[in-house]
Amino acid sequence: MIKNREPFLQTVAARLGRSTPSLTKPERNWKHLPQHEVLKDASMEELIEVLREQCLNIHTTLKKCTKQQLPEILNETIVDYGGGRVIYSNDPRFGVLNVLPVFEQFEHLKWQSGNGERNIDFAEQANVGVVISNVTLAESGTIMLQASPEVGRTISFLPENSIAVIPKSSIVPRMTQAAQFLREQSHVSSCINFITGPSNSADIEMNLVVGVHGPVRMTYILVEDY
Amino acid sequence: MAMKISQQKFNERLSSNLENDFMRGAVAGAQHRFQTRRSAAVDSLNWEEWRNHGEEIRQHVLENLDYYLYELSTNVEARGGHVFFAQTAEEATEYISTIAKQKNAKKIVKAKSMVTEEINLNSHLEQLGCEVIETDLGEYILQLDDHDPPSHIVTPALHKNKDQIREVFEQKIGYTASSQPEELALHARKVLREHYLTADIGITGCNFAVAETGSVCLVTNEGNADLVTALPKTQISVMGMERLVPTFEEMEVLVGMLTRSAVGQKLTSYITVLTGIKEALEVDGPEEFHLVIVDNGRSSILGGEFQSILQCIRCAACINTCPVYRHVGGHTYGSIYSGPIGAVLSPLLGGYDDYKELPYASTLCGACTDVCPVKIPLHQLLHKHREVIVEREGRAPISESLLMQAFGMGTSSQSIYKLGTKVASTVMKPFTKNEKITNGPGPLKNWTTYRDFPSLQKERFRDWFEQHNKGGKSK
Repeated sequence: MIKNREPFLQTVAARLGRSTPSLTKPERNWKHLPQHEVLKDASMEELIEVLREQCLNIHTTLKKCTKQQLPEILNETIVDYGGGRVIYSNDPRFGVLNVLPVFEQFEHLKWQSGNGERNIDFAEQANVGVVISNVTLAESGTIMLQASPEVGRTISFLPENSIAVIPKSSIVPRMTQAAQFLREQSHVSSCINFITGPSNSADIEMNLVVGVHGPVRMTYILVEDY
Repeated sequence: MAMKISQQKFNERLSSNLENDFMRGAVAGAQHRFQTRRSAAVDSLNWEEWRNHGEEIRQHVLENLDYYLYELSTNVEARGGHVFFAQTAEEATEYISTIAKQKNAKKIVKAKSMVTEEINLNSHLEQLGCEVIETDLGEYILQLDDHDPPSHIVTPALHKNKDQIREVFEQKIGYTASSQPEELALHARKVLREHYLTADIGITGCNFAVAETGSVCLVTNEGNADLVTALPKTQISVMGMERLVPTFEEMEVLVGMLTRSAVGQKLTSYITVLTGIKEALEVDGPEEFHLVIVDNGRSSILGGEFQSILQCIRCAACINTCPVYRHVGGHTYGSIYSGPIGAVLSPLLGGYDDYKELPYASTLCGACTDVCPVKIPLHQLLHKHREVIVEREGRAPISESLLMQAFGMGTSSQSIYKLGTKVASTVMKPFTKNEKITNGPGPLKNWTTYRDFPSLQKERFRDWFEQHNKGGKSK
């Protein structure tokens, strides 16, 4: 329901010198588009190098491996974080990458619509949350997630440790390409998360504290042949 | 908290803040760190081109604001959300209070939002008996400390030191550990986690709304806005009516410019784009979503000589570079909006009665204009305010009026001018010591409280020049 729109827009239109609110989509004729120049000619290997360097700035561990090595690397990362409860999204790519047996070695839950509220209760008690990036931004070291019934929003916020698997094919120069990708899709997810490392705050005397409301620690695992 | 944060007069606020040494040191240190980080983040780009683009996006949106608000609200509704257009702060708070009553809300969690401060939302909800909890760490500290006002729009608790924060935590939430920021933050994490899980309503501001999709974009480092919107069943987002962009493409540009300008990060940890209510079969996310679009004085700025202030994306780069803010701190401005942006915006939203001094709390050096990512001519707007105050409102500061009157009188007659300039050094003699005036009278007092003023020369320039032309020596 929309309330009070007409008088409100009438006031705005009058201030802009129009007798009634405009209902025609304006042309966007930008004179400047600097965002397309950033990392324009970078090769994939160069983008990975940019990503690697940026991870040093955002308190995030970056590991690289092949598809074949991924189960072992993922297992090792979860163990390093202390094991315990693991929650992960119901992303078909986990099956393709053969890592479901890794989750089974821990007390685990696959986030699924059918579990209802149990997903959230489990995530709140979980030590590790694992997701797969849909689009990865090299410049800022950012993963992009799109929420769905099988990909809960809070998998990446409630557990103390967060792991994101990054397919090499998901890497793009920057958010510009992600915005274009999102505009080309027929449906906009109810929640799109751009996540850049663990949560942090500098609210106390400008001292950086890593780990506030979201995860305290974060690892990206880049799969170089996927 | 409303926009106005103090009943004291400007000069009283100024005096007490100038004497607060911790605050002044903290502000100076923070400015230095903000500036260093910002420079590093923008220098790697062709920043002037980015500023040109940022400016053209914001100007385009303002010129087509009626269309984009129409498009935004239509798309929010299409995704199951409600939209309320509030012409005044009262309409906005009343609407949100009605929702809180309908939901029988006991507990409300909030992510940091300047516009909800501006409309004094928390106190309205508290009057209904709701427990309202700020979740941004800085805001949470201020709220616990009996609603201490924010002194910076990005890091609101900048004026507090860690020992003061430890004391507040001890008194209010049973904290027993040290004043280490890590331990303080960890405790806040534990306490607030419980609140997210049990709150009935989550309230956020809005960094950018996206007209084409009906989305609300939230920018944080802590991740609090994500838990505020993912866990409670009802989400309310409040936005100033100018805070929108046409599509994801412009959102992307402005988000990156905001995070670079505000904290020197390429992106903050969390950029979250929320569209409507949670969809069928989704487990987390709100079942009900309300977008409240607030005018509260903004439309009177639109179409006028101050319109460009509405380009603002609230990054605080102007605050972080301002030499006046550095010395007087945020509280001196008497408004939740401090620094150059506050000195322009507060008189427009709150009127000259309360804020006529702010345009004078500036050196017009233009440093703010140079760092503004969307090219608002801030120092020119400050100057324009002075013009309006003096010429149209006829209320220049008393000291300035007296000075101008005296100057007018002294220069209107040749004999008075001559006499005045001849006796000046003699008149000032009682205040002069070792060639310095350390305790000046009248308008000089404000200067000499903090530093010495050189004593007046015994010989006037005109007399010296006459002698010099004759080839003579000065007296």
